[in-house]
Amino acid sequence: MPNAHLRVWRGDEDGDYVEYDVEYEEGMVVLDVVHRLQATQAPDLAVRWNCKAGKCGSCSAEVNGSPKLQCMQRMEQYPEGETISIAPLKTFPLIRDLVTDVTWNYEVAKTIPEITLREREADGTHRMAQIDVDRGQEFRKCIECFICQDVCHVIRDHPENMDDFAGPRFFVRLAEVSMHPLDTNPKEATVQHGFGLEYCNITKCCTDVCPEGIHITDNAIIPLKERRADVHYDPLRALGRKLFGGRS
Amino acid sequence: MAQATAQPADSLDRRYGQTQRNDRWWVEPLLTGGGLLIFVIYSAISAVLGEQWAFETENHLLLSPFFEPLITPGWLPDFISPALFILWAPIGFRTTCYYYRRTYYRAYFLSPPACAVREPAGSYSGEGTFPLILQNVHRYFMYAALVFVPILWWGAIKSFHLPGEGFGIGVGSIVLTLNAFFLMMYTFGCHSLRHWVGGGLNSFSKSSPRLLRRRLWDFVTIANEKHRRWAWTSLIWVGFTDLYVHLVANGVVTDLNTWSNPI
Repeated sequence: MPNAHLRVWRGDEDGDYVEYDVEYEEGMVVLDVVHRLQATQAPDLAVRWNCKAGKCGSCSAEVNGSPKLQCMQRMEQYPEGETISIAPLKTFPLIRDLVTDVTWNYEVAKTIPEITLREREADGTHRMAQIDVDRGQEFRKCIECFICQDVCHVIRDHPENMDDFAGPRFFVRLAEVSMHPLDTNPKEATVQHGFGLEYCNITKCCTDVCPEGIHITDNAIIPLKERRADVHYDPLRALGRKLFGGRS
Repeated sequence: MAQATAQPADSLDRRYGQTQRNDRWWVEPLLTGGGLLIFVIYSAISAVLGEQWAFETENHLLLSPFFEPLITPGWLPDFISPALFILWAPIGFRTTCYYYRRTYYRAYFLSPPACAVREPAGSYSGEGTFPLILQNVHRYFMYAALVFVPILWWGAIKSFHLPGEGFGIGVGSIVLTLNAFFLMMYTFGCHSLRHWVGGGLNSFSKSSPRLLRRRLWDFVTIANEKHRRWAWTSLIWVGFTDLYVHLVANGVVTDLNTWSNPI
């Protein structure tokens, strides 16, 4: 059986990396190896996991410095003998070993406006055309692994911005609310103010790391920025408003 | 906005430039930053030289895209290049382009140099304050860029017709045509345009005009998904086109074509 040389963060913020050698078998993923490490050498190793299928978003960690789902990283991709470093998400407070406290994300989630659906149609249904459904479906793929939040340099390198910045996961949610065809809330609440959208400088790391392949920047963040541009930075619309009044 | 319950793990790679990444993350910003720098230096030289380095063939068949359309008012001093009237639009369009922002923020501002690599700046305010708030004028430059698409196509079409000899084809005609096509695809893949043609709607299904806008949105999305590719292809090709026309106009290279009189 091949041998994996792991470098795993142990302890709290004052902890350090500890090196381990763990045997693994063909087909294993990083999370399997971490579990074997836990079973054979480090029974007190803290690691959060649930589905092992890339759908629960629990086992997020930084593998060789890149935020990943441990359960989706096959061991074959790492050359045998290469040291594989496994660290907790660096943007969030560390609890112990590979487990971080992601409470901040749930607090931000509470600030995102809810969708208020319009009145039901005469037959008692809410009806949406498929082409309107398709656009929002992409946003519903989010598994809230918070890898995009972790990699975003706005808060990763500048945690002081966490007070004002919602982060890419919640820009996806804002986009979903903002574009929902049945929502009756004024869109200004979701688009024109707050959430720190202006902090994003479109470096697309969130899109690069998303395990669900959501085009966070192209389909959520930039459209939100463009909705602001409609109001504040569009010369033709401004002219239209001047000539015809109201919204244009 | 919510507050974090505690400070993040400061002991974990939080010093400048630090990362646990062991791949060659520095290659991309190095290549893209270097490529952009080469283009900026070349285009600045070409534009500033103006009349001192011929940019149009004597028979007016080929005109560099840096000078298309040629505007030479009588009051313009000789030391001012006619490129001045043209290049503000593509420079502004590309500088505020979402793709190029990603590229030069990474390569030049190191903000961040690559994903999960610590950036050097001590504080960060994004695009919410001056001067980066000016990135929002991208919509203005998008309108300007749209005007230049038919102008460049007209320049390309004209290169297939030599006055006195009629229609023909040459290497220069093909170079100019490809240039117009690449710049059109880059412009038509613009994120602002994608929003403008249909992305701003919340429902596509309510009326025929909305369905039409959905079709336009689909079309722009096709180009937009390859925006990086079109950005680089059009950038490299417009530089090459300018160089080619200069070389032909200055007699360094002979344009192979079907007309009897050499250019």
